[in-house]
Amino acid sequence: MRKRRMWRELPLHLMILPGMLFVLTFSYIPMAGITIAFQKFIPAKGLFGDQKWIGLDNFRYVLDLPNFIQVMWNTLYISSFKLVLGLAVPIIFAILLNELKNEAIKRSVQTSIYLPYFLSWVVLGGILIDLLSPSGGLVNSIIKSFGLDPIFFLGDNKWFPTTLIASDIWKNFGYGTIVYMAAITGIDPGLYEAATIDGANRWRKAWHITLPGMRMVIVLLAVLSLGQLLNAGFDQVFNLYSPQVYQSGDILDTFVYRIGLLEAQYGVATAVGFFKSIVSLVLISSAYYIAYRVAKYRIF
Amino acid sequence: MTGRSLQSADHAPPSFRRTGKRFDWFAVANSAFLLAVALICLLPLIHIIALSFSSSSAASAGYVKFWPVDFTLASYEFTASRSAFWVSMLTSIERIAIGTPLNLLLTILVAYPLSKTTEQFRFRLVYAWVFFLTMLFNGGLIPWYITIKQLGLLDSIWALVLPGAVPAFSIVLLLNFFRAVPKELEESAVIDGAGSWTTLWRIYVPISKPAIATLALFSMVDHWNSWFDGLILMGDPSHYPLQSYIQTIVVQMNLGSMSMEELKNLARISDRTLKASQIFLGSLPIIAVYPFLQRFFVKGIVLGSVKG
Repeated sequence: MRKRRMWRELPLHLMILPGMLFVLTFSYIPMAGITIAFQKFIPAKGLFGDQKWIGLDNFRYVLDLPNFIQVMWNTLYISSFKLVLGLAVPIIFAILLNELKNEAIKRSVQTSIYLPYFLSWVVLGGILIDLLSPSGGLVNSIIKSFGLDPIFFLGDNKWFPTTLIASDIWKNFGYGTIVYMAAITGIDPGLYEAATIDGANRWRKAWHITLPGMRMVIVLLAVLSLGQLLNAGFDQVFNLYSPQVYQSGDILDTFVYRIGLLEAQYGVATAVGFFKSIVSLVLISSAYYIAYRVAKYRIF
Repeated sequence: MTGRSLQSADHAPPSFRRTGKRFDWFAVANSAFLLAVALICLLPLIHIIALSFSSSSAASAGYVKFWPVDFTLASYEFTASRSAFWVSMLTSIERIAIGTPLNLLLTILVAYPLSKTTEQFRFRLVYAWVFFLTMLFNGGLIPWYITIKQLGLLDSIWALVLPGAVPAFSIVLLLNFFRAVPKELEESAVIDGAGSWTTLWRIYVPISKPAIATLALFSMVDHWNSWFDGLILMGDPSHYPLQSYIQTIVVQMNLGSMSMEELKNLARISDRTLKASQIFLGSLPIIAVYPFLQRFFVKGIVLGSVKG
């Protein structure tokens, strides 16, 4: 009996085998490679070669770097604004969009707002660099036409983080809006009818019916985004920053890239990456646990 | 089930219809606001397209807004004359041609066993965690890079397609779709003597075509848009896929690889229109498939995140 069952399940094991091999090679070997963080790593000796172990020296070295605190602060500052606004803005837009009665307007708005989501940060970075340029950029020529001084959005430490946050919301809010719109579709229309009979206006209906109806999806997106707290957006920052704005715009990932790949300090960079992974794992597990406790939410 | 029906299936609460003869200020303000936001999403792209078709003098004088001034194809002719552009375009196409079928095949092969119950497949949970964990935790940039390097993949197309061959998120989407397939279909196939492989290819895959098409589009867009892996895994810039190539030209402003002849030609057109044309070309395939993309996209999201 037991043997027959093994036999029956064999094809399922075989199906999953290629995927397992890929994941083991390209995800789990790098995970084991985290040992580099505790070594004085010499690339010529290889990933699991005879490297010199140095305990926590790499971590100490990073903490003593003069700009590490600044980088950490930038990362948290930029990503927490992205996280909060990235949740709130799509919720507001989904509710407003849901109030639109004209199907044609509604569809054109929907189609427009999630186009930027599909374009790469290379393309959007190129667009923003041109658009925001202080000399000939369209945005600054509009600002100048109001008699104001041009703003160097991408080269001024005062403006750079705001520009990052705003352009990230611009790229991504369409995606969130569509997710929330889908959730609103699932709300029982009877609830709105009942509320209308009870004399509720559109604000009360949004507050008492639409928002609670989106709760599951809000929790899901919040859990997923909380795990990203230390990811302030490598693709975006890498394509928009320059040495003038390292002070306000350098984040953990760009920092790892520069000390790791450009300066070839593999051990140090891996230590930073390891720290980041641990924090993300702790955050996402706690968020998931809280979501499960509070909203009975489960991913599987 | 089409994307269109999903989009229009929102149940507009009755009171939001115009009540009586009173003018609905809210509806007007709301439409105006949302249309303005829609424009903010589209106009930057339109501006870049207009710029790319404008003469260099009009572009540098700042005359170009949302319509080309002194229409010319000069910047496109220059781009088309650069062989590096075509080589990287071919690399991108090759990447999609190999990467997307590979992504789909592995997603299907992994999602099917994982969609079984623990009753039917005892190791389901073990495997599920192995795949799920890759979404939560990773070794970081350096170990990932060294692994690929030691496998000898650097500087080949395989470095661009193999490391991301198993997309964990797509697996979650597809296994949820597979679970919604009626059990009776499978049972009758088993009675007719079908094994797991036959059931998968003859029943599950055909029935899941919309989901698989969604994942195919996602995968193509991902492969097209990727630039960072090309930048670090390809030692030789002539092996860059298009987005990495554009990154070096448009963002890093690295014109060092140009010959004297090319630099002379470049003098005729402005740096700005050249970049604009490359940005446009870099997004053209996405804009071309966008109408299909967005229909599937809505469906993909609905089947992925709003269940039960």
